[in-house]
Amino acid sequence: MEAAEGLTVLQQIFTAPGDQIAVWAHVVRSLLRIGIGIGFILTIVPGLIWLERRLLSWFQGRLGPNRVGWQGLAQPIADGIKLFFKEDIIPTNVDKTLYIIAPAVALAPVLMSVAVLPWNGSPNWGAVAPGLNIGILFLLAVASIEVYGVILAGWSSNNKYSLLGGLRASSQVISYELGMGLSVIAVILMSGTLATQEIVMGTGSNGFNPGSWFSDGQGLIQVVPIGSTGYDVYEHSWKSGIWDFNWLRLFPFGLIAAFIYLISMLAETNRAPFDLPEAETELVAGFHTEYSSMKFAMFFMGEYANMLIVSAIAITLFFGGWLAPWGVMSQIPASAHQTLGLPAWLINTINMAVLAPFWFGIKLFALICFFIWVRATLPRLRYDMLMNLGWKGILPVGLVNVSLIALSLAFQELYGSWWIGQGIAWVVSLAIVAILITYKAAQYGKRRRGAAAAATTDLVPVSPIRREPVAVSVSPAQPQEV
Amino acid sequence: MSEFFEDVKQMAREVVAPFKGLGIVGSKIAEKKTTVSYPEYRRPMGVRARWRHVLNRYDNGLEKCIGCSLCAGACPANAILVVADENTDAARFSPGERYAKRYEINMIRCIYCGFCQESCPTGAIELKDTFEMAESTRRDLIFTKEMLLVPDPNHERVD
Repeated sequence: MEAAEGLTVLQQIFTAPGDQIAVWAHVVRSLLRIGIGIGFILTIVPGLIWLERRLLSWFQGRLGPNRVGWQGLAQPIADGIKLFFKEDIIPTNVDKTLYIIAPAVALAPVLMSVAVLPWNGSPNWGAVAPGLNIGILFLLAVASIEVYGVILAGWSSNNKYSLLGGLRASSQVISYELGMGLSVIAVILMSGTLATQEIVMGTGSNGFNPGSWFSDGQGLIQVVPIGSTGYDVYEHSWKSGIWDFNWLRLFPFGLIAAFIYLISMLAETNRAPFDLPEAETELVAGFHTEYSSMKFAMFFMGEYANMLIVSAIAITLFFGGWLAPWGVMSQIPASAHQTLGLPAWLINTINMAVLAPFWFGIKLFALICFFIWVRATLPRLRYDMLMNLGWKGILPVGLVNVSLIALSLAFQELYGSWWIGQGIAWVVSLAIVAILITYKAAQYGKRRRGAAAAATTDLVPVSPIRREPVAVSVSPAQPQEV
Repeated sequence: MSEFFEDVKQMAREVVAPFKGLGIVGSKIAEKKTTVSYPEYRRPMGVRARWRHVLNRYDNGLEKCIGCSLCAGACPANAILVVADENTDAARFSPGERYAKRYEINMIRCIYCGFCQESCPTGAIELKDTFEMAESTRRDLIFTKEMLLVPDPNHERVD
């Protein structure tokens, strides 16, 4: 407590370094962080709905909603008011308890997973729970609860379409969580930590950074104290940038992991082209067929909030979190305190509260646009295609990818050189790719020759049931009697 | 061996296909939009568009309709009611002997076939391209003669 002396209330709450403030100020800061995290999600979701409808219509050559408010920005609010005043129907034969809690079960985990998503590097203000050392495990655990909402909704609705939607959601999430987990494991291997802020900053807890193309063996972030004021600047080196983020680490294995994550993320959020649980051409509206009014709105909000969350996870894991594409754009350097005479708290505030969230927001916007872009482009997969892609595509590729990363890291540690470990992994991966291409090409060739043969053969009448000539079984010749 | 590379190429084409699709859809965003912002901007109607009826006048302001009821007879939906009356020198509405005292079209019944226009001997009734006729009640959609008649070119409008 004596450390808190000499600080005003505002300094205690906002600007003072974390080890100098009183306990009550820590409590206030925690509440504020929770408010920032939840508030951000809940305020951005209406804007996201507007963005999706507008962008989707632009992709389709339409104008989109542009009536309510400037450029239609108030449209989601109007929709919300409409949903709020609609009759809340509870059908007769539903399982009432589950029916009512299902939307909450779908929405709550999404809001919970904000806890570990960092928007800057500060140990005081960086996330709702900055420095939680099991960050990624927490995310995986909470993200898998979310599908329970969908399954419960499908089950309790007492409607076969809802049930089918819930079933589809559960099997889809189980299939794609494997791929997602494997790509997350790849990142954990590369950065050697589970804490989300440390993953972004590239400072692994085991002290061994596998390095990257240019800043070999260096962390991306140097902690530079501003004079003796107690403030630190987490300086993103000018040598570092987009090429040092996890997606280009251990090239191309980081990239493959990022790609797998992007695909699984679409499947996890039940978005097109993986929107089978709510496929309106097949299942009316899927799991939320029987839901109306605010319960439906909660599902709707949960889906969009989930989009934000998985995009934020992708940014945190692969695309460098709050860091700028080039080191010098990430922060005001600590030297500005000497050269420009800026006060230390101002440098700290601009770095943590303006620049870092700005870059994070830019990346979030880009990924959300990617979501919408994919929805506008790709048609919905057939169900067996979905399962094929999950189990025969993403899972083996992810497994091999993780193995190769482990191989590369093991040899890097053994020989102390990035190039040796990576070279061995490259050779092995090239061999695997060559075998795969030969094998697949043979399949293609077989199919092509079959097609060519079918095109040149004269048409002959065939039995509609059996194409091959029937082998008539003849009883073996009786031994001749002499 | 060349066949092998042909197969590999085919494989690569199939892998690249979704990304090509993304490119095509992405390029749409800069293109001119197909739809227009409707109430402010409209596309021109076809020259033979058959929507709302009007009752025409001659240049001197007399009504073309002579109350012959041929349109009512031709109407397959029985949507038209014509009640004729004699013209007098004191109250002259049309050049002939008779004029339409009441002329009503039930716009909900009307099927916009244009037979009334074809059967009209004087070219009095015509289907024009005004199509925004939505009303809240059925009664409001029975258009009377006052609503259908074009304004008299020789008199100031009072409204």
